[in-house]
This record gives sequence, C-alpha cells and structure tokens, in this order.
Amino acid sequence: MSNLLFSEAEWDFATLDRTFKAIEEIAVKDLKLDIYPNQIEVISSEQMLDAYSSLAMPLMYNHWSFGKLFAREEAMYRAGYSALAYEIVINSSPCISYLLEENTMTMQALVMAHAAFGHNHFFKNNYLFRQWTNAEGILDYLAFAKRYVAACEEKYGREDVEAVLDSAHALMDQGVFRYRRPPRPSRERTLEKLRARVQYEEESYNELWRTLPVGIEPPAAPPTVDPEDHYSGDMKLPEENILYFLEKHSPSLKAWQRETLRIVRNLAQYFYPQKQTKVMNEGCASFVHHAIMNILYDRGMINEGSLLEFMHSHTSVVFQPEFDDKRYYGINPYALGFGMMTDIKRIAMEPTAEDREWFPAFAGNGDWVGTLKDAWANYRDESFIEQFLSPKLMRDFRFFSLFDKADESAYRVSAIHDETGYRRIRQLLARQYDVSLNEPNIQVKSADLKGNRRLILEHKMHRGIPLDGKTREVVLAHVERLWGHDVGLSETDAG
Amino acid sequence: MTHFIDRRLNPKGKSLGNRQRFLRRARTQIREAVQKSLKDTSVADIDKDRKIRISTKGTKEPRFRLDPRAGGEHDFVLPGNKQFTPGDEIKKPPSGEGGGRGKEAADFAEGDDEFEFTMTQDEVLDIFFEDLELPNLVRTTLKDTPNKVWKRAGITTSGSPTQINLIRTMRNAQGRRMALHRPKLKDIEALQAELDGLEREPVADREKIAALKEQIAKLHSKRKWVGFIDPVDVRFNSYTEQPVPTSQAVMFCLMDVSGSMGEREKDLAKRFYMLLHLFLKRRYKRVDIVFIRHTHDAQEVDEQEFFYSRQSGGTIVSTALDKMLEIQKERYATTDWNIYAAQASDGYTQSGDARRCVEMLNNDIMPLCQYYAYIEILDEREMEVFASEESGAELWRAYRTVADGWSNFATKRISKPADIFPVFRELFKKTEAA
Repeated sequence: MSNLLFSEAEWDFATLDRTFKAIEEIAVKDLKLDIYPNQIEVISSEQMLDAYSSLAMPLMYNHWSFGKLFAREEAMYRAGYSALAYEIVINSSPCISYLLEENTMTMQALVMAHAAFGHNHFFKNNYLFRQWTNAEGILDYLAFAKRYVAACEEKYGREDVEAVLDSAHALMDQGVFRYRRPPRPSRERTLEKLRARVQYEEESYNELWRTLPVGIEPPAAPPTVDPEDHYSGDMKLPEENILYFLEKHSPSLKAWQRETLRIVRNLAQYFYPQKQTKVMNEGCASFVHHAIMNILYDRGMINEGSLLEFMHSHTSVVFQPEFDDKRYYGINPYALGFGMMTDIKRIAMEPTAEDREWFPAFAGNGDWVGTLKDAWANYRDESFIEQFLSPKLMRDFRFFSLFDKADESAYRVSAIHDETGYRRIRQLLARQYDVSLNEPNIQVKSADLKGNRRLILEHKMHRGIPLDGKTREVVLAHVERLWGHDVGLSETDAG
Repeated sequence: MTHFIDRRLNPKGKSLGNRQRFLRRARTQIREAVQKSLKDTSVADIDKDRKIRISTKGTKEPRFRLDPRAGGEHDFVLPGNKQFTPGDEIKKPPSGEGGGRGKEAADFAEGDDEFEFTMTQDEVLDIFFEDLELPNLVRTTLKDTPNKVWKRAGITTSGSPTQINLIRTMRNAQGRRMALHRPKLKDIEALQAELDGLEREPVADREKIAALKEQIAKLHSKRKWVGFIDPVDVRFNSYTEQPVPTSQAVMFCLMDVSGSMGEREKDLAKRFYMLLHLFLKRRYKRVDIVFIRHTHDAQEVDEQEFFYSRQSGGTIVSTALDKMLEIQKERYATTDWNIYAAQASDGYTQSGDARRCVEMLNNDIMPLCQYYAYIEILDEREMEVFASEESGAELWRAYRTVADGWSNFATKRISKPADIFPVFRELFKKTEAA
C-alpha cells in the first residue's frame, strides 16, 4: 500500500483534505508551528483579481482607486505580462487562504504549506502583529468600514466621501503610530463619554420606539462627538501620525469625516507590520513550504514528479537576479528571507569556525527549530538582518554597497563582501529595510488654533534627502482639505 | 478544524462598484481615449471589448516621497558584485534606469503617465453615445400611451392575498389583542394547573373548583371571540397604475440599394444604420424603427433583411419617400409620434426624380418631421472633387435647397469608414435649444 497522497495533477476536495491533514501533522509535530485555525477557500482567477484590487482583503469599502487597481491588474494579466499569485493569505483568525482553482495538486499542496502554515505561524507569533493587529477583529471591522462608508455615501453624497477618502489615502503612510500606541482615554474621560452618550439617548428618546414589539431595535444612536476632540488645548505636539492628528484636532471636519479618517488610519496601522516584515514573512513561508514538501517526499507521500514540479516553482520564486540583470527589480524578499533562514538552520546544525565567531549564541546548538521560531517571533526585517545575516550569505549574494551623493556624478563602492566590509554591508542592508528611514519622517510641528489656524508640518530629513517636489505640493493640498485652513511644510536637516 | 470552502460559484464582479467609480473619476480622459479609439474602427468591431489607453491625470494617488536625486546622500546594497572593490567609482546613468533602481522599485512608485486597460462594449458605447440625442423630441399626447407603471398607493383593507402587508396586519392584530385583553394561553395553563392541583387534593374545595372551571371556560370562549388574527386586522399593499408621459418616436431608415451603389457604398450605409440602430436601442427604449430600402421601387423590410440581404435594380429615390409617407399615414399619426428619418444614398437617381423628391420633402414630409438626416455616400475620389458643399451630384444639389428652407434638415457626406463616427456624432449632437 503506497503512502502517496496523490499522483495526478487534478485535485478534488477529498485529496485537498487528505493532503492538508498530512501537511498539518508535519507542521505541528516536526516544525512545531503554532497557528490560527485555517479556513481555505478555492477561488477562480477572476475572484483572485477581485481580491488583489481590494488590498488582498475579502471585503473593503468602495473607492475608485481599487477599481483602477483592478483594471490595471486585469490588463496586465490578460496581456500575459504578469501571472497571478498562487495564493493570498489574510492575517485574521481564522486565517483565510485563497487557493487558485487552476493550480495543480502539487501547487495546492505547496500553497497550503506556504500560506496556511508558514504565513499563518508568522502572523500569529511575530511580535509586531501581536502588538499592532487584531486578527480576531479585522474582518468585523472591515465589514463595519464598508457599511459605514456606504452609509456616508448615501447620506452625504459620493463626491464628498470620495474627497475625504482621497485625502486620507494620500496620507496613509503618515497615518501610523511607529513607536507608541495611541493614547488611551483615561477612566474619567471614558466615564464622561458614557455620560454624554446616555444624555444623548435621553434627549433623543422617542415614545414611539417603546411600543415596538420586542426584538426590533430602535435605530442606533449616531456616534457622539466627543466635545474634547475639538480644540483640545493639549495636542501633544509634535505628532508623527498626521491622520490621527487631523482626526482629533482638525477644526473643520464633521463627525463622519473624522470617522472615515479613523477607518483609513486603522487600515494603515493594520498593514504597517506587513510592510516591516516582507523578508521575514515571505522567508518564513518559503522555508516552511520547502521543509514540508521535502518531508512529504522523504516519507513517500508525494512522488518524484511532484517534487520536481515543486522544485521548479520554488527555485523561480526564490531566484535573485544580479543587479545588472534585465530582470533585476530590487532584492527579492523571498530569496533573502529563504536564504537567511536556511542559513540559520545550517549554522545551528553544522557551523563553521567563522559562524561560531559571528553567532556564538546559537551556532551548533542543534536546535534549528527553536532558533528559527525565536527569530520569527521577536524580530522585524531590519533587526533580523542586523542580527542574523552571515558572512557566508553575503558572499553567496555577492552583496556590495554604493554610496550616492546627489550632486556627484558617480557612485562610490563603499563596501563589498569581504572581511572589512561584512559589518558595514550588514548594517546598510538592515537600514535599507527600516521603513521609518525610507519613508519621509513628517510630523505636525505646530497648529495655531486660536489665531490664523495655520498648521505647520515639518519634514526631518534623513541625511539631507528632501521630498519629491511634485508629489509634495499635491499631498499638501490634501492636508489643507482636511485641515480646512492654511498648511505649511518646512524641511529641516536632522543630521 | 479546517474548513474548505468552494467560492468559485460566488457571484463575480465584486469590484464592479469600484470600477464604476473609477470610470466616473477618469471620465474626461476616458472620453477622449474612446473617441480616438473609435475613430479608426469599423462598426462591425464596435461590439467588441477594447483596450483604452488613458493618461493617469485625475487618477493619480500621490504620497509623500523622498527624492534622493534632489539632494542629500544615501547608501544602498545590491547583489551580484563581479569586479568592484571598495573605492571604485561607477558613473551614474543619465536618468531613470540603472543604479539606484533597486530602491526605487521597492518603493512601489506611481506608475507611468499612461495607463492601459480594457473596457467592455457597453462601457464604450455608453460613453460614445453619452451626449447624443434625438433632436427636437417633444412629448406627444398621453392618449393611448402604452407606458404605465405600478405605483404604491398606500394601504387598503381589501386586496389579493399575495399583496398582504404582514407588518401592518400583525401590528393591528397585536393592538387589537392588547385592547381587548385577549387571554394568554400561559394564563389559562396556569389556572388549569391550579385546578388540577385542587382536584388531586383529598378534600376538594368544590366552590373553588367550580369557580376556576367557570373562569377557564370564560377565558377559552373569550379567546375564541378575540382571535389571534381577525379579518379586520388584515391590510393589503395597494398599487395603482399610472400613465407615464412618454415621447413616442419612430425612425424611418431609408436606404438606396440600387445597382449604382457598389458593395463599398452599401457597406458604409449599413454601418451607419447599424450605429443608428444601436444608438436608438440603447437610449430610447420606445422608439419604433421602420426599415425601407429602395431601388426603382421601395419596400418595407425587417431588420435582418435590411442589413443582410442583397438586391439590385434601378434608382428612383422618390419611391422610398412615397413608402414612408404611406406607412406614416397608416401607423404613425403626428399627434402621437415624433417622426425622424435618415436617408442614405449615393446621390444618383433617375433624372427628374430629384425635383420630385424636393417637392415631396418640402410639401409633405418636412412639415411632419422632427428631424431629417440625409447621408450621401461617396467614394474617396468623388470626395475630393466635391470638396465644397455647393458642388455635388444631382440629389445633393437638390437637397441643398431643402436644407436652406428647413433648419431640421441635415445633409452630410461619408466616404470612408472613419467618417461614420464623427458624422454620426455631428448629426445627433445634443443641442442647447432642444
């Protein structure tokens, strides 16, 4: 009796289920992964495009930019420029993975290992996701957002809602808390809010609703406007989260507009951890699928044909073109992440003298599973590279760094993959993945609420790099729309 | 623990709302692009989806971005070193490509200034026909108007069971039950239990038992006459039929299929009518279209025959006008109908017939018509010869005199497929006066 889970390229739900169980056993017993419950959905290519265009979320409020994204993706796909992703996975509990119906059975196995276990484990365990995103609540929140935006469109007109969303989207990158959580209202404030709400309910109490049969709820009270949200004396400046600041302190926004800003801001915050962990997230998923597929083969559960098909797809996913290659579009996060994690396993199991010198903490400790799980849980791309990139991997990638000064006509090679360059390269590469250094650092500097109501933003330049002039003016116009009065922006060198 | 869900049968087009929002947003750019793209296509291709290339103006999504080219300094790491050692200098590429691309690509910058996507036939036609209309359309009498809509007309006490308004009915029933104090089954059951208890006791309190029995019987009978639901509670939604003022219109399509019209000319004429047909079908649900083709003799034909059958013979244009008048008298009274006509011909007719046509138009037809469009189909050499409006074949010159007398008479010339769209738009452009 053969162990084979499947031997045909065609899949059906029974085979999917059987394979999923086999993968799950390996994931939990051998790799000791800790996952959210899985929900796996099979979708068609058109639905995949749909999912793409709503920021890969199963539901989303309506906005023209998603329609644009869809049109673009569809045109690219139809023209054959881009293949569809094999899967999409959502950081939610249960963790939803989408499988494309056109995948072969081998691909479905690969994709389940990749998404339903690799990404799933990362979402559940990485400290950024644990701290900043609420996997249980995101789908409900999106449902609320969709309903809320639709209701606003109905009530205030599509154009007005669109205008607020346009402006909010323009500030999405400046709509996250990078270092601290949003200030929680004090107990007193919470009580005060509650009282205001009760008072509102009393005032709007309607005798009519009393006679309704049980089970029919009177229309919900609109969200009460917190009187302290306006003209608050203490704005706690400087403020890095511009969307938050506008939501709380803009003198010209109405309650629904503030709520809309809040929705966009919450989304931005939800996606922020994914931005900071591209390499680790994809690396983790690729490492896990690679490990699982190999174990499946070792145990005779998939045949050589499947293994070859898997290897073919795996190598093209983790392929890193060199900088002078036509196909080069930056460092491939799959390649770097998978490379580093495989390297960590090697260092834990068969370290060289060099590894022992560089990684005394875990070289040769024999526990690659534990070491990797610790890395997945407690690092983000920047710190992960700073901590774990080994000289061997730098040699494998043949990394080198260029120094670029705007007014010089040539780049200077500042370090290469040699004894004197390792530390420098590692540090520079880590910084390259530090989102806060690569996005402009713009803060609210001052807001004159009593006088001319001018709002001053400040861009603290990192190493003297200014803002792009074209987009700067357009985005400022959006800030002005939300603030309702004059907005200025100064650029200062933070050194 | 794991759920597999087959979503493939779920409704498609989830992002349709977003698409419509996007099309509305990029309206100006899309309109320009559609006009441009339609200019060089044949009508046969009009019912195909087409690629549209628009500029991203109006649909940009700006974000604050850093511009390392404008100032400052930075380092970046690249893979694949072959010959460099520290201190080497590499000339920067002149602009855009190369060197620092790695970082920029990762930034997912706003794309090119142009953006290509596919629009469906419906979307293209909607935009193409957007600001076109039948000129001078007026509302004719309401008499016999076949267009009626059902409108809500409140709540009534009688009606058909399918129109029952459950909420109103149940609300009335509840109110009545409360007002008349319908005994609750729960209360009766409680009394019954008490009675059962009493009966089981060794020493029966006969008086109390009798009283209870009487009370229960009373409640039961009251429940009977205060029913849970009563005919007086029942309400029905009521609808009444209301006539809708409509503008009825008929379009007469007159086409010359005589021997002098070559295959090319017939093809051009047919394409024009196809477009007209499409336009009317999309924009005016209640427009009758009458197809008349003529050689030396005119016939009313159906759509299929009009567009697809072949016929040949001599040319007497006035026969078509006769036919049109005959049909109009028979079926389309001017009091009820807006009358339109489009005529396509190569401009040749039996000698002397042109004068008869002009007479008929001036005396009989133009007084009836809201709008009359004459399209003359020329070959390209003729187009050059007849460059000026004044010169032309017999019919053209004759019709020019009609045009002078009637402002709702239009004449246009077509010599190649690319002319059809602009001419069509010109003929049916929305006018302020209308």
